[in-house]
Amino acid sequence: MTKEFDGFRALDEITFSVKKGELFGLLGPNGAGKTTTLNILSTLLCATSGTTEVAGFSTGCSDEVRSRIGMVFQEPALDGELTGRENLEFHGWMYGMSDSEIRKRSKAVLELVELTDKADVLVNNYSGGMKRRLEIARGLMHEPEVLFLDEPTLGLDVQTRRHIWEYVKKLNEKEKVTIVLTTHYLEEADFLCGRVAIIDKGRIVALDSPAKLKDSIGGDVVSLEASGSEAEWAKALKAAAWLNSVSRHDGVVDFVVERGERHIPELLRVAQKLGFEVSSVTLHKPSLEDVFVHFTGKSIREQEASSEDRARAFARRHFRR
Amino acid sequence: MVGWKAIYILWLREMKRFARAPSRVAGAVAMPLLFLAFLATGFSKVSFVPGVDYSTFIVPGIIGMSLLLSSTMAGMSVLWDRQFGFLKEIMVAPVRRVFIALGRIAGGATIALLQGLGILLVSVLFGFKLTGLLGVAEAVALMLLVSMSFISVGLIIASLMRDIQGFGFIVNFLVFPLFFLSGAVFPLSNLPSFVQPICFADPLTYGVDGLRAALVGSSVFPLWLDAGVLACVAGALVLLAAFFFEKSPSV
Repeated sequence: MTKEFDGFRALDEITFSVKKGELFGLLGPNGAGKTTTLNILSTLLCATSGTTEVAGFSTGCSDEVRSRIGMVFQEPALDGELTGRENLEFHGWMYGMSDSEIRKRSKAVLELVELTDKADVLVNNYSGGMKRRLEIARGLMHEPEVLFLDEPTLGLDVQTRRHIWEYVKKLNEKEKVTIVLTTHYLEEADFLCGRVAIIDKGRIVALDSPAKLKDSIGGDVVSLEASGSEAEWAKALKAAAWLNSVSRHDGVVDFVVERGERHIPELLRVAQKLGFEVSSVTLHKPSLEDVFVHFTGKSIREQEASSEDRARAFARRHFRR
Repeated sequence: MVGWKAIYILWLREMKRFARAPSRVAGAVAMPLLFLAFLATGFSKVSFVPGVDYSTFIVPGIIGMSLLLSSTMAGMSVLWDRQFGFLKEIMVAPVRRVFIALGRIAGGATIALLQGLGILLVSVLFGFKLTGLLGVAEAVALMLLVSMSFISVGLIIASLMRDIQGFGFIVNFLVFPLFFLSGAVFPLSNLPSFVQPICFADPLTYGVDGLRAALVGSSVFPLWLDAGVLACVAGALVLLAAFFFEKSPSV
C-alpha cells in the first residue's frame, strides 16, 4: 500500500503479510509511517493505492473488518468520565454483544489485566499504566481475531512496560490472538515479536525474526569512539576480508566484524597509522539497534531527529506564513 | 443491525456524563437564568403585546437561548472526543457513521430539553403561569425540534474543523445574532423592515414564536406553521449532519 498526504509520501509501496496467530512488529522511528499503517489496516484511513486485507476482508468493507479487529491506539482513547467497567460495556454494546456476554467478557478481561478492583473507579482517576491496561482489555472484549497495538508501552515506566509485555505475550500464546504492534523501542520488538518489519521513511527495509535479522548483519559489532569519517575508515580497511561493514552514527564508528575480539588490535593499529583519535572501544553481539543502523545507516534516535527535520522542512514549504 | 442500539448507547453515555458533571449543568442553565432575571426585572414596565407583561413575554425567548447554548455544547463534545481520542474508539467500532451522528443528536437534544424544562420550572416558581398540560407537551416537542436543528449545525461545523478554539469563536459569532434576530427579547416588528427577512431565515424565530404560542398563547404565526417549519428545518439539518459526519476524517 501507498499513502500520501497532500503530496507527502507517508508510506511508499509497503507490502507485508502476517500469519494467523503471529506476533508481528513494525519497528521504526517516529514519523516512519507505523501509525499510518495501523490506521489503514483498522479502516480509519484509506490507502492512496494498493490493497489491504484483514481477517480475509478488504479494509474497504469496513464493518466486516471492524467487527473482527481490536485496536489499542497510541494516545489514550478512553472516556474519562465513565468508569472502567462502563468503558468496557460501551465497547461491548457498540460491537453488538449481548448483556450476558458483556458481563462474562468484562470480568475475564478485567482479571487478565488485573483491574478487577478498580473497575468501578472513574477512568480519570486511573494512572497512565492502568489506562493502558484497560485499553488492552477493551481491545480484547469482543474477542477479535486480530489485535492492533500502536506503541503499547509509550511513555510508561519500566515496571509497567514489563507487565504489559507479559500480558501481550500471554495473550498471543494462550488466547491465540494475532497481534500486530508498532514500536520504536528496540528491546520491545526484540522481546515480543516473532517477526519484525523495520520501517523507515515509509519503506520496509528489512523483515524477519529478530534472531535472523541480527544474524544477517554477519558478525560482532566493534564500536570505536573515534575520529575519522566513514569513508576514510572504509578506504583504510578496504583489504580486510574480515570486515563486513563500517558505519558512523551518534559519534561512534561501528565495524561489523567476524570474531570481533580478534580484530580490535588491528583496528587500533589502523587508527594509529591514520592519526585518528580513539577514546573508547566496545565489543557486543549485534542488537536490533545494530540491525537498524545496518539497514538505514543511522540509529533510530538520529533518524527521528532527521525525520522531524524532514517534516519541518515540508511544513515550511507548504504552510508558509 | 446494531444501529438503533448504538444510538441508544451513545445517548446513554451522554446521559451518564451529564449526570456526573453538575457544574456543567449549572453553568449551562445559569447564563439564561441571569438573562431572564435581569431582562424581566429591568423591563418590567414594558409590554410589547397587549395583555402580556414582559416577564411572561421573555420566558419562551430565554428557553430558546438555553436551547441554543446547550446545542452548541453538543458540537463541542465531538471536538473534545476527538481531542481526547475517544472519537477514534467510536469510529473504529462496526457501527455506521449515520447512527453515531444520530446518537449524538439524540443525546444532545435530550440534555437541551432537560435544561429548557429547567428554565421553565424556575420561571414557574417565580410566577410564570402555565396555560395547561397540552401547552407544555407542545413546548417539549418544539424544544426537541429546535435543539435537533442547532445540534446538527454544531455537528456539521465540528465535522469540518478540528480546532476547538476556532469552533468556540465561530459558535459565539453565530449564537448572538441568532438569538437577537429570533424575536426572543423583543418583537421582530420593532426591527427595521430590511432586517426582518434575515429574522425569518433564523430557525430560532419559529422556535421562540412556537413556544410563545404554546406557553403564553400569543404568537406572530399559528403554532402549526412554526412547528411545520421547524420540523422541515430539523429534518434537513439532521440529514446534512449525518452526511457531513460520514464524510469527516476519522483520525
